[in-house]
Amino acid sequence: MSQAATADTPHPAATRRSRGNVGDIVFEGACRGAAVLVLILLGAIIVELFLAGLPAFRAFGLPFVWSTDWDPVQEVFGAGVSIYGTVVTAVLAIVLAVPLAFGIAFYLTELAPPWLRRPVGTAIELLAAVPSIIYGMWGFFVIAPAFAQYIQPTIIDTVGELPLVGFLFQGAPFGTGIFTAAFILAIMILPFIAATMRDVFEQVPPVYKESAYGLGATTWEVMRSVVLPYTRVSVVGGIMLGLGRALGETMAVTFVIGNANRISTSLFGPGNTIASLVALEFGESEAGSLKFASLLALGFILFVLSFLVLAASRYLLRSRLKA
Amino acid sequence: MNRRSFLLGAGAALSLPVLEARAQGAQITGAGASFPNPIYQKWAEAAREATGLQLNYQSVGSGAGINQIRNRTVDFGATDAPLNQQQLTEGNLLQFPTVMGSVVPIINVPGIENEQLKLTGEVLADIFLGRITRWNDPRIAELNAGVTLPGLAIAPVYRADGSGTTFVFTSYLAAASANWRSGPGAATSVRWPVGNGARGNEGVAGGVRNTRGGIGYVENAYASRNNLVTTQLKNKAGHFVKPTMEAFIAAASNADWSVPGFAANIIDQGGDASWPIVAPTFILLPTNPANAARNANVRKFFDWAYANGDAMARELEYIPLPEATKTAVRAAWRTQFGA
Repeated sequence: MSQAATADTPHPAATRRSRGNVGDIVFEGACRGAAVLVLILLGAIIVELFLAGLPAFRAFGLPFVWSTDWDPVQEVFGAGVSIYGTVVTAVLAIVLAVPLAFGIAFYLTELAPPWLRRPVGTAIELLAAVPSIIYGMWGFFVIAPAFAQYIQPTIIDTVGELPLVGFLFQGAPFGTGIFTAAFILAIMILPFIAATMRDVFEQVPPVYKESAYGLGATTWEVMRSVVLPYTRVSVVGGIMLGLGRALGETMAVTFVIGNANRISTSLFGPGNTIASLVALEFGESEAGSLKFASLLALGFILFVLSFLVLAASRYLLRSRLKA
Repeated sequence: MNRRSFLLGAGAALSLPVLEARAQGAQITGAGASFPNPIYQKWAEAAREATGLQLNYQSVGSGAGINQIRNRTVDFGATDAPLNQQQLTEGNLLQFPTVMGSVVPIINVPGIENEQLKLTGEVLADIFLGRITRWNDPRIAELNAGVTLPGLAIAPVYRADGSGTTFVFTSYLAAASANWRSGPGAATSVRWPVGNGARGNEGVAGGVRNTRGGIGYVENAYASRNNLVTTQLKNKAGHFVKPTMEAFIAAASNADWSVPGFAANIIDQGGDASWPIVAPTFILLPTNPANAARNANVRKFFDWAYANGDAMARELEYIPLPEATKTAVRAAWRTQFGA
């Protein structure tokens, strides 16, 4: 097809040169403009968020970042609870999602019969296309009641009684809370991690694997000693991508996290994340008020958090991106 | 059809409704409180035929509504929590009420029927403060002689999004309980010491439904339409009242509306039959409008709603203003804007 096209038309480079450079210059300028626009936009958002949040940083100083107060009546605000909630739900989601994603990728690349690989792979990718509000509603109307009735009472009565770790699983079985939010998040980020893992597993040169098989290694040994070491960095990068998504997720989390501005030691207790707090409170904050500034300051902090995670993932994925 | 003619066709199709709208009548825009949104939409629909006025109301929340009217990006703002006189003067705004709404507690306690449980403001406040944690607490049992209360843990559910409903409910708790007044206080969102937050009326109702032993609060319209289990409350006169339209209207008629900005405090007022948690919702109108005609149209719209909107309001479980209050608002318009 492409060969036929090149045969019919004159060489593209030759035509361009003969028409002069004006088109080139305009096109290059337009492309550069498009690229620079993104930079300007990003910079403007960061600066704007910081400036708008400045009154909050001025009023509370650095302790704003770890203060657990959030009292709209007394106008005392702190980011501690929501940063804690954001980080804990995201990390917990990773803990739940990574083994599952690894299992999926391992199965799809090494174990599954070829006719099954495509349908399952597509189904996993379709999970990424489900809007987050749907996850939120599903979590609130299906998962939360199920957790409240069956799963949480069982865990509270068994694991909750254990010494040392018991405090993590105590409290009333509301169904909503940090754990439920992390569970929903885990399902939401699963496709990103699984797809990345599958892609990098497939990129392992067959000759490495075949050599290992030739030496008598089992499938698991090949996975552990050849595939994983070869793709380790990219796998971690994929996990970071999932983490980045989990940090910023708003709607689904808002539905199921319990929305309390308190830190509870139990994973079943309610909490809050930066994104959901901003979404919930923004409509009722007046421009120029300290609350408004605090919410924008929270936005800035989330931006910085996400930026750090994304930067780390780019750094770890650099070898794969170059290839 | 080639691409150009397709685009032209699409452009024409898009511009058509706009032209039509212009031809029909004057547009007014408003933004703010979500609590009165259903009735404003209903009024807008009915007024379009009756008066030719087209109201475009965006239910973005009271805070955002106040921001927008201060920036004059809309013709009027709407808020559940009234502004005080100083804020009104600074913003060059005139404030007046449109309708009233009521808030009711909802519960999920096995064996307890609708409007059966009796509660007082103090007990309600202590439940939401985490001081009463079981349904068979002596303080609840004392109010409900003859009712079998389970030893279930109480699971409070509150509105997590900033809302006028929360403002009204916490205002009541603050009025009824000294502990609440000195603790969380009254605002569109407060620091809740216990319980779980949920989004919107439907979220609170869902949270209460999901949790045995749950208690929450929603707008009456939402509770009655969804057949939720509500409770009786003790009013200031010492009577237990059920959340009925008669009780809401009784509360409204006992209120003192002669305060600046019509910011009448209807919460926990006297009267034997008054439901204690009733509050008006307000419109903010610029006193120095950039476009006098649109400003006059806003008044025309609400004047029409005062005259013709009561039945629609009742249908949606809102409480119409007393006639005397409407007359007072019209007088305030005349004083401010003349004619």
